Amino acid sequence: MIEQVALLPEYLTAHLQLTLAALLVGTTFSVPAGVLVTRIRWLQAPALGVASVIQTVPSLALLAIMVPLLAALGVQSIGYLPAFIGLTLYSVLPILRNTVTGLDGLDPALIEAARGVGMTSVQQLRRVELPLAMPVIIAGLRTSTVWTVGMATLSTPVGAASLGNYIFGGLQTRNFAAVLVGCVAAAGLALVLDGLVRALASAVERRSRPASLVVLGVIASLYAYAGWSALGTLLDRGRDRVTIGAKTFTEQYILSTILARQIQETTGIATQEVRSLGSTVAFDALRTGEIDVYVDYSGTIWATIMHRDDVPEDRTQVLRAVESHLHEEHSVTLVGALGFENAYTFAMRGSRAEELHIRRISDLTPIAPRLSIGADYEFFARGEWRSIQEIYGLEFAQRRSMDSALMYQAVAGGAVDVITAFSTDGRIAALDLRVLEDDRHAIPPYDAVILASPRLAREQTEVLKALRALSGTIDAESMRRMNLAVDQGGESPNRVGEGFVRALRARRGAP
Amino acid sequence: MIELRGLSKRYRGVTAVDSVTLTVARGELLVLLGSSGSGKTTTLKMINRLIEPSSGRVLVDGRDAAEQEPHDLRRRIGYVFQRIGLFPHLTVAENVAITPSLLGWDAARVERRVDELLEVVELDPAGMRQRLPSELSGGQRQRVGVARALAAQPKLMLLDEPFGALDPLTRDRLRQSFVAIRRRLGLTAIFVTHDMTEALLLGDRIAIMEEGRLVQMGTPRELILSPVDAYVEQLMDTPRRQAREVDKLLEPEAR
Repeated sequence: MIEQVALLPEYLTAHLQLTLAALLVGTTFSVPAGVLVTRIRWLQAPALGVASVIQTVPSLALLAIMVPLLAALGVQSIGYLPAFIGLTLYSVLPILRNTVTGLDGLDPALIEAARGVGMTSVQQLRRVELPLAMPVIIAGLRTSTVWTVGMATLSTPVGAASLGNYIFGGLQTRNFAAVLVGCVAAAGLALVLDGLVRALASAVERRSRPASLVVLGVIASLYAYAGWSALGTLLDRGRDRVTIGAKTFTEQYILSTILARQIQETTGIATQEVRSLGSTVAFDALRTGEIDVYVDYSGTIWATIMHRDDVPEDRTQVLRAVESHLHEEHSVTLVGALGFENAYTFAMRGSRAEELHIRRISDLTPIAPRLSIGADYEFFARGEWRSIQEIYGLEFAQRRSMDSALMYQAVAGGAVDVITAFSTDGRIAALDLRVLEDDRHAIPPYDAVILASPRLAREQTEVLKALRALSGTIDAESMRRMNLAVDQGGESPNRVGEGFVRALRARRGAP
Repeated sequence: MIELRGLSKRYRGVTAVDSVTLTVARGELLVLLGSSGSGKTTTLKMINRLIEPSSGRVLVDGRDAAEQEPHDLRRRIGYVFQRIGLFPHLTVAENVAITPSLLGWDAARVERRVDELLEVVELDPAGMRQRLPSELSGGQRQRVGVARALAAQPKLMLLDEPFGALDPLTRDRLRQSFVAIRRRLGLTAIFVTHDMTEALLLGDRIAIMEEGRLVQMGTPRELILSPVDAYVEQLMDTPRRQAREVDKLLEPEAR
């Protein structure tokens, strides 16, 4: 818990930066846009329509779609920018709609009076319409504020730090203290910002100049703080440091710590970690140099980057093909293989497998139509699922996609019959699951490999050398043990990773 | 002072005001009288261009209204609205001060003017300045409405059924105040009403409108003595007949 709270300033600041920037830009756009569409009538339906459509896109998807869109435009596609744009778009509708409603709902007699006393249309707007519509516009701003704070927790998978780091990381590593800290902090922030907007509105309405100034002062200092810290981060980024990425599961968190410690201990170069990246987001981030290094799996590259659906039996053959493809097509360097495979593997509850006499995947073929299968979000969309289905003739009664952290509980509890487990997951043994043999070799090998960005490979060969020293140091059993220590043992991924590097250096007699 | 020449307003083929021509002399009060839908309010609003005429001209002091910036024109013409139209987010003083502040008067002059006007409309400046319209009675609101219209010292006032929504006693008091104010300031005014009694009591001349057309215009005496048609005759007769009926109530009862 203390370890979690120590991260709060960093995550809260990042969250605040995102939220405040998105709300500022959202409001600065939406209020004038609202005014515009009440003057130019024919624009109103299309403008509100577009804003509504944006709103109907699930918020996580809206953020995720920014990544390929920005990448296609050739700008920074991972991290702050996609999160900021997604949040800004999302903040528009409540403010826009309320501005329109507020202005349209004004008593026509008052508008006529404003004209009658000799106001120009700008004076009407500034002196009469906006002040009178203000309570409704403020209500929209408050809705936007609360939404934006909440949605900013979803910035984590696109690589922007936020309070969502607690929630995503905590759910994956079954650290519910972290989830709780993240939720409470986000809720608290939403209440505080909402309260500030409300206080400002009421001070203005009561026409209390001192109260307005105090609230404005607080808001201005929040912006100043966010801006100042953002500037700090920006300047800091110029410094010589290595950025390490991690996808959204326990093993990745442990491995990113291991890479970070190894780099720090061996070269003395500072590192920073960007965790909980979406699977293909991580690769794109590496390719474009927004992260410098992360661990991926040869089979994943084979299937999702190279789009191959054939399955060579030989691990080294796949490794070589992946290495040369990455080098030639993407200028990405395969630094080395860590020594273990984390493959997709079919697993069942031991007793259930016993009862149905199932040892190999091919045993499933005749009874699959009576069984259900659970897998992580991406598995059923991958080419290898289609080829596994073809090779074994599998047709399950039901397919369920779920968070990979939850599928082990699901199969142990009997909610599904089969899962596509990760072979290094400690919970396979801990929950007494039986791994089914891939007797027809339909699943490609999944060697864990360290990948380095073009920039790192070019400019920091000492880092490359430090990482290469990790080749072959982690076998499947060690990885399984480390995963289990986090997932069941309640340890933090950082501590487990640090422990590994310390032990490794001790074995090698490093100083 | 004011001249309307062949002023018309058509909405999609429906003629709301049909070629109205009339002149109002300096210092004169003309009442536009007619039932609802007769076009009297539309005619009034075309004078300060709250409604743009479909055809015809409005001359204010010999200058064509169509050739002036609408907001400049309106700042020189006081307008009292049927629904009062005080701005609910502004105090009484701020409401009254609007047109002078739009004209760029300095603060001290505006303040003096506000106090002066509140006294003219018989409101206590000290107690009233800082109140919001929601804290006033209907009669007080319309007094503020009149003060606002007078604020920038217009020579011409347009009043659109200004006392229509008030109770009879308040209405009568306000009407008397208005007559006094107008005399004192020598205002030219056009006053729209559908109340025959009000028209007879206020108007130097009365213009009667029916279905967008100007039916007859003249002094109350002229209209009563020589109405052009049965409608005007009936209109002019009604208040007098009512007065006679009221008088009859005072006669000793016949045994």
